[in-house]
Amino acid sequence: MATYLEFIQQNEERDGVRFSWNVWPSSRLEATRMVVPLACLLTPLKERLDLPPVQYEPVLCSRPTCKAVLNPLCQVDYRAKLWACNFCFQRNQFPPAYAGISEVNQPAELMPQFSTIEYIVQRGPQMPLIFLYVVDTCLEEEDLQALKESLQMSLSLLPPDALVGLITFGRMVQVHELSCEGISKSYVFRGTKDLTAKQIQDMLGLSRPAVPMQQGRSLQTPEQPVISSRFLQPVHKIDMNLTDLLGELQRDPWPVTQGKRPLRSTGVALSIAVGLLEGTFPNTGARIMLFTGGPPTQGPGMVVGDELKTPIRSWHDIEKDNARFMKKATKHYESLANRSAANGHCIDIYTCALDQTGLLEMKCCANLTGGHMVMGDSFNTSLFKQTFQRVFSKGYNGEFRMAFGANLDVKTSRELKIAGAIGPCISLNAKGPCVSENELGIGGTSQWKICSLDPSTTLAIYFEVVNQHNAPIPQGGRGAVQFVTQYQHSSTQRRIRVTTIARNWADAQTQLQHIEAAFDQEAAAVLMARLGVYRAESEEGPDVLRWLDRQLIRLCQKFGQYNKDDPNSFRLSESFSLYPQFIFHLRRSPFLQVFNNSPDESSYYRHHFARQDLTQSLIMIQPILYAYSFHGPPEPVLLDSSSILPDRILLMDTFFQIVIYLGETIAQWQKAGYQDMPEYENFKHLLQAPLDDAQEILQTRFPMPRYVHTEHGGSQARFLLSKVNPSQTHNNLYAWGQESGSPILTDDVSLQVFMDHLKKLAVSSAS
Amino acid sequence: MSVNQQAHTGPPYGQPQPGYQGYQQPAYGGQSLPGVPQAQYGAYNGPVPGYQQPVPPQGYFPSLGFPLKGSPVSLNSDTSSLAPNFIGSLRAPPTSGAPPPASGASHPSGPLAYSQFEHGDVQNGIPASAAPVQRPPASQPFLPGSAPTPVSQISTFQQYGPPPASVQQLRNHMAGMTIGSTAASAPPPAGLGYGVGPSSYPPTTGAPRPPAMPGPPLPGQTVAAPPSSQPNHVSSPPPPSTMAGLHPGPPMSGLHGPPPPTHPPQPGYPMQQNGSFGQMRGPQPNYGGAYPGAPNYGSPPGPPPPPKRLDPDSIPSPQLNELPPQQKPRHRIDPDAIPSPIQVIEDDRNNRGSEPFVTGVRGQVPPLVTTNFLVKDQGNASPRYIRCTSYNIPCTSDMAKQSQVPLAAVIKPLAALPPEETLPYLVDHGESGPVRCNRCKAYMCPFMQFIEGGRRFQCCFCSCVTEVPPHYFQHLDHTGKRVDFYDRPELSLGSYEFLATVDYCKNNKFPSPPAFIFMIDVSYNAVKSGLVRLICEELKSLLDYLPREGNMEESAIRVGFVTYNKVLHFYNVKSSLAQPQMMVVSDVADMFVPLLDGFLVNVNESRTVIASLLDQIPEMFADTRETETVFAPVIQAGLEALKAAECAGKLFIFHTSLPIAEAPGKLKNRDDRKLINTDKEKTLFQPQTSFYNNLAKDCVAQGCCVDLFLFPNQYLDVATLGVVPYQTGGSIYKYAYFQLETDQYRFLNDLRRDVQKEVGFDAVMRVRTSTGIRATDFFGAFYMSNTTDVEMAGLDCDKTITVEFKHDDKLSEDSGALLQCALLYTSCAGQRRLRIHNLSLNCCTQLADLYRNCETDTLINYLAKFAYRGVLSSPVKTVRDALINQCAQILACYRKNCASPSSAGQLILPECMKLLPVYLNCVLKSDVLQPGPEVTTDDRAYIRQLVTSMDVAETNVFFYPRLLPLTKADVDSDSLPAAIRNSEERLSKGDIYLLENGLNIFVWVGVSVQQGLIQNLFGVSSFSQISNALSTLPVLENPFSKKVRSIVDMLQGQRSRYMKLIVVKQEDKLEMLFKHFLVEDKSLTGGASYVDFLCHMHKEIRQLLS
Repeated sequence: MATYLEFIQQNEERDGVRFSWNVWPSSRLEATRMVVPLACLLTPLKERLDLPPVQYEPVLCSRPTCKAVLNPLCQVDYRAKLWACNFCFQRNQFPPAYAGISEVNQPAELMPQFSTIEYIVQRGPQMPLIFLYVVDTCLEEEDLQALKESLQMSLSLLPPDALVGLITFGRMVQVHELSCEGISKSYVFRGTKDLTAKQIQDMLGLSRPAVPMQQGRSLQTPEQPVISSRFLQPVHKIDMNLTDLLGELQRDPWPVTQGKRPLRSTGVALSIAVGLLEGTFPNTGARIMLFTGGPPTQGPGMVVGDELKTPIRSWHDIEKDNARFMKKATKHYESLANRSAANGHCIDIYTCALDQTGLLEMKCCANLTGGHMVMGDSFNTSLFKQTFQRVFSKGYNGEFRMAFGANLDVKTSRELKIAGAIGPCISLNAKGPCVSENELGIGGTSQWKICSLDPSTTLAIYFEVVNQHNAPIPQGGRGAVQFVTQYQHSSTQRRIRVTTIARNWADAQTQLQHIEAAFDQEAAAVLMARLGVYRAESEEGPDVLRWLDRQLIRLCQKFGQYNKDDPNSFRLSESFSLYPQFIFHLRRSPFLQVFNNSPDESSYYRHHFARQDLTQSLIMIQPILYAYSFHGPPEPVLLDSSSILPDRILLMDTFFQIVIYLGETIAQWQKAGYQDMPEYENFKHLLQAPLDDAQEILQTRFPMPRYVHTEHGGSQARFLLSKVNPSQTHNNLYAWGQESGSPILTDDVSLQVFMDHLKKLAVSSAS
Repeated sequence: MSVNQQAHTGPPYGQPQPGYQGYQQPAYGGQSLPGVPQAQYGAYNGPVPGYQQPVPPQGYFPSLGFPLKGSPVSLNSDTSSLAPNFIGSLRAPPTSGAPPPASGASHPSGPLAYSQFEHGDVQNGIPASAAPVQRPPASQPFLPGSAPTPVSQISTFQQYGPPPASVQQLRNHMAGMTIGSTAASAPPPAGLGYGVGPSSYPPTTGAPRPPAMPGPPLPGQTVAAPPSSQPNHVSSPPPPSTMAGLHPGPPMSGLHGPPPPTHPPQPGYPMQQNGSFGQMRGPQPNYGGAYPGAPNYGSPPGPPPPPKRLDPDSIPSPQLNELPPQQKPRHRIDPDAIPSPIQVIEDDRNNRGSEPFVTGVRGQVPPLVTTNFLVKDQGNASPRYIRCTSYNIPCTSDMAKQSQVPLAAVIKPLAALPPEETLPYLVDHGESGPVRCNRCKAYMCPFMQFIEGGRRFQCCFCSCVTEVPPHYFQHLDHTGKRVDFYDRPELSLGSYEFLATVDYCKNNKFPSPPAFIFMIDVSYNAVKSGLVRLICEELKSLLDYLPREGNMEESAIRVGFVTYNKVLHFYNVKSSLAQPQMMVVSDVADMFVPLLDGFLVNVNESRTVIASLLDQIPEMFADTRETETVFAPVIQAGLEALKAAECAGKLFIFHTSLPIAEAPGKLKNRDDRKLINTDKEKTLFQPQTSFYNNLAKDCVAQGCCVDLFLFPNQYLDVATLGVVPYQTGGSIYKYAYFQLETDQYRFLNDLRRDVQKEVGFDAVMRVRTSTGIRATDFFGAFYMSNTTDVEMAGLDCDKTITVEFKHDDKLSEDSGALLQCALLYTSCAGQRRLRIHNLSLNCCTQLADLYRNCETDTLINYLAKFAYRGVLSSPVKTVRDALINQCAQILACYRKNCASPSSAGQLILPECMKLLPVYLNCVLKSDVLQPGPEVTTDDRAYIRQLVTSMDVAETNVFFYPRLLPLTKADVDSDSLPAAIRNSEERLSKGDIYLLENGLNIFVWVGVSVQQGLIQNLFGVSSFSQISNALSTLPVLENPFSKKVRSIVDMLQGQRSRYMKLIVVKQEDKLEMLFKHFLVEDKSLTGGASYVDFLCHMHKEIRQLLS
């Protein structure tokens, strides 16, 4: 058998699943002693080139509380045409269509290579995708112009039958009617008034079956839902109209006096957007795309007053309980997010401003609905333009990389229960026998709703082993988990993807080495990080760090090899060796440290951390550093200050930033213009190499990372310096001598110090 | 007849001397005194003395005799009372020559008799003019020659005993008497006036009268005809005849004629009267017979028979016939013998219409509103701006209370002037603003006294001495007048304007030009009726006629557009747009304006966008199914828009239905006719909710005036919807059951006028008075946040405010009383101005002076407004009773203090107030105070609000409509045919009449009108083919049609609203509606006839006197 590493990789590629433990401790007690919980990272829609969807519906277990899908782990009695559910052991009759099955004529879902399979459900109406633009008009002229162009461009990227709508806001909120000819018409709402969904629908004339003014027209196109026709129209019908409308969009005309912020009714605009979709297309895939250039300054959801002299809240204010609008605003957006999620609509937030824009308060809109969150400096930057364009990018098969209204159902064998999930989802409150009472993340349910997801959207799902210590290892020796994801494909089909996995049980007392060897430290680091970040949202930062430290220490105590009270004797096996380093960097990451980050930035980082797949998450935790030099081909180097050398070019990818850093010498060479001299063409190539690599990353990353090109001593070098392990600082610079690297001006502990302490604590008999 | 009467009156005056003379004299006398006998005035003076003697005793009696008893109370106003005088005068007349006078004097009794008759007559004709005439006679010979005219100023009447029974008896006596008298001289019967039993009369009258009222016409006739006719008197029309001799006062002259005959009876009468009831009764029997006949004209008592023969003209015989038998008996009083508004109007027109009214003299009574006259401002405001109930104010509050005559001024600050008169000059006192008194803040005016060589001035209102600002200093001439007196309008004129400084502006900022916002209901009803399309079409052209200031090239007013049903649609019509943009606001609970820029625009700049919008609005809503509307949010929207634009302005709201959609100010249908005549009736006039009052307050604060055009098909609660327009100084127009074909012309005319008329915004008016009186109460369309300032968001040239004054101290005869009305407003170009009107009044210590300088039309204006406000808080019955009571007190006070002693049975009316009973009756019978079954709750509320801001001319014609015999019109001249009294009796079925009251024009076609006329006027060949649905008269090329249409056009031009034209065929069902406006008749809803009411008033007065 291949190594665990290969096994893990295979599994990830096939099923989009990575477990923290790939051999499971067989009892509850043992499991808790493992410190890192039994959990997995699930990428429900992982792109699979080799997975053609099947055109029929899945066969379900007939037990009402189970309803697991027929899968390769089921025992099948081909003669009796019976199959036994591997979760509840219910024996089920095959449906008539399966009459012809036999050992040699198996349906796909019984073949082991189809542990992940996708069904296309034919029934039900096919609803077009819906895109509702919610556009801030309190922008600088230049920004607005850029945004308008981006929006106009996006019309050409939408599927032609998609419905689009437009809401603009500033001091007022305008819902534009797109169907009318001649006079352009919009419904206007005051930006200060919180309206209930019902009020909004009444005011938009959505609550009556027939809207008088539209009657004539609706008769001509009876197949169109009448109600929606005014505000949401198929792109192909009104793209000219809408392009013009966007073109004519003016900055908010209300005067903004000096010393004031423009009045921006983001809260009401979002509320109306949510209400509009709620009233017209509940349970249909829809994106509300909010573009805003500043914080909400009035009405429900206001984050800061319009007085410029009052700055927007900082972490300091929040800690001091000085952020007077925060709680109320957060509540407002939370309720919107919940409503929107309940209807299967997602909310994207694109904010571009130099100051904060209230992402902290609004984050739940994107977090709970699976929407995107993009933060930039200006709409007139390629960062925004390309990111936005990438929203509409297509996958290998020409399909949009977006799916809507997913419903994730997790089933476990009896020895396992579900503790919760962390990711861009909300609970559907599906109680069942496999739901644990202990919650980790969003728990208390076995089903979650993910309003919008793409092939990289990844959830962390936490389990609990409930098998009692003295109970025998479960029959068959394997535990199984089934993930059933129903969703609306971008082609508007309903699809169901089913992934069924199984892992061996092992007795931790006798087979600890098996378990240890099957530890996936990368997955574990990410899973623990998600837990930590999740906690950080509600707990004080230091508490979370302490908790993380304790978990790490306990893990080392459990799996380290050492002599008591002898730090030097401490060793970790290969499968654990990187884990402490991940945790070290995690502790310094912006996900847990708010120092130097605005609340908005923290929210932004956390948002992305909670939805990216394992690889990206690891990059976020521990950025990748490549070195380019004349000494050899580009190589990954330690994320350490010692890697910063004068004759190197460094390329750092932190997920959010791509930093190219020219070492001191290189920078001087470049200034001297050697790259332009034919005899130094190799230097030119050296300079070019990281640029090309960076470009490659930029091409695929969503959202587009901030691209930083800097050099030794450059102000932007801080991006690099803040990430590397400060092995050399102003404190120990001279002690280490001049040999290499670049000192970092920080009081943070370095990895070495961290490890020393860890060893000490792990071996300490006192703890 | 009138003529005769007048003559009589003359004498009467004499009697009353104290009172009467006072009256007449002052008024007339003032002018004439100089001794210009020729003038009627002159005559007066003379007469007076003479009269006195004769007057008192006998004169009265006679008069009493007649009518009194007749419950109907005849109203001879002044005249009647004077009866005695009359007599005197009468005689004079008779004599035709000078002679009579003397005799008159000597024989009081004789005259008396006359007076009686004449009274009757007088009433008709009596107008002021009459008075003068009288004097002459009385006074003596001079006039006599000319004519006897003397008139009748005195309208006193003697009423009969209240009790019907007695009355009758009296009448009988009378009749008897008369008869007797008649016997003596055939004509005498006339005296009876009313009753003139003798058949003979009628005929006579009839004949002559026809000529039409124009008293003036026939001099010759006068003599001859008069006598006989007069009796008929009634035929009031006759007056014309009289005139001959006399000047304007024509009537009088006529009178003279008649008088003679009367004399005889007189003597007899007096007796009776004295005996008054007692005696009367005795005689009754006789009377009875006589009377009845009299009325009919038919000589014989037997009412029925004779009457008919009368000339159709003089008395519509048909009516008589038709009258229920019962009525007849009651009709003891000859309707022609009671004061006739027509006569009064006619006389005033003749007497005062020719010369300009020069305002230099303090306390002058201006000509009646019905008279065309020019005004020369020489220090007092033109009566077009201010009219008072009395131009002579009692010096003390006791006097005022005793008389019960309300002291009120009807002010129309921005009144439109005829082209011949100049607009108030604009005065700029520079940066420091208008010069004002330091203490009371009165503005510089002609009455300020400059002292100390011009360095200071003493305030004419509060006597405070104020330094003259250096830049305003000017030397005084030897008379103490400033040298620049004639250069400065504020020193030499009664009305002028100041340019306001920034201190007079809201928030200390000069205002922006105002804005007009058109807010159009686009609910199903409005669209379906074609209204929306009509409005949009009209606006396209109308927007070029927004009011402009002076010589400005284009109007500074900006415009905005809103349509609405359950939600509001605002339009962005910025000039830079290719297409208008519509913005829907559905949050009606919390109205706001969704756009800033592009809502209010300059018409010229945004012309194409606006045109495009107006083209599209009807299309956009063509398929609407929305039937519900909101209302309050519409006003709020306009208000918010004006707030956002920081300007004042006017909203033109076109609304069709009760606002039942869920929104603030939502109303429910609460129309409940069962409440009529209950204590809860007042709730029908009150708004349903106080919401609109608060809204109005906000509107006023912003200077947001609301004009409301209503097009209801059912109840829409005008009482509530009207609150905001009313309190913001706006107008309401109502077009019930609007139909494009019939009503569009009227609506469009109203709209055009409303949009184009001169208007001021954000106005505050304060009335300052000299120490002793102060303004205590205000009536009109406005809002008051304190007790002194009248605030109007908008004020146009038709809006009138009635202000009541009360004493708070004594006034002095020397200094008189001054009023200064200062109106601060923003002109249509956005200029802040102060318009000042000053008026000086006399003060009196004699009640007689008060009564002699009253103006009944103004009084009625006040009383109507007072009553119409009263219905908000009291049961209608209470209001009516209070009105009657007050008027009875006024008249009783006169009788008691001013009239010469006479029998209690005699009704004596002050000359200036002789029309008070008839007008008052009209007020009492109006739809608000006594609704008929066909009058809706909305109509009443509508009229109530309408009347509240009417000026005197409007209330005059509204309560006593003008009835013109079209068939009598002279197709070759520009003049109108002489009006006739509003009674069915005056209608002849062979004629076509026109009746107008400021809101409607009726064209009444008699059943036996010549086919030719019908053909000429309606273009159809027979009576039966005339369509009821006509809303305009067909344009036909013949003189008659042209003439009639020109009359209609002329009348339309005189009114602030375009009147609805209704063609009524006699005996058609629509006639009921028409008859409602024949206000001298008994109304179907229980309103008393003139005659009956007069009797009733007389009864009331008698009760008060006893």
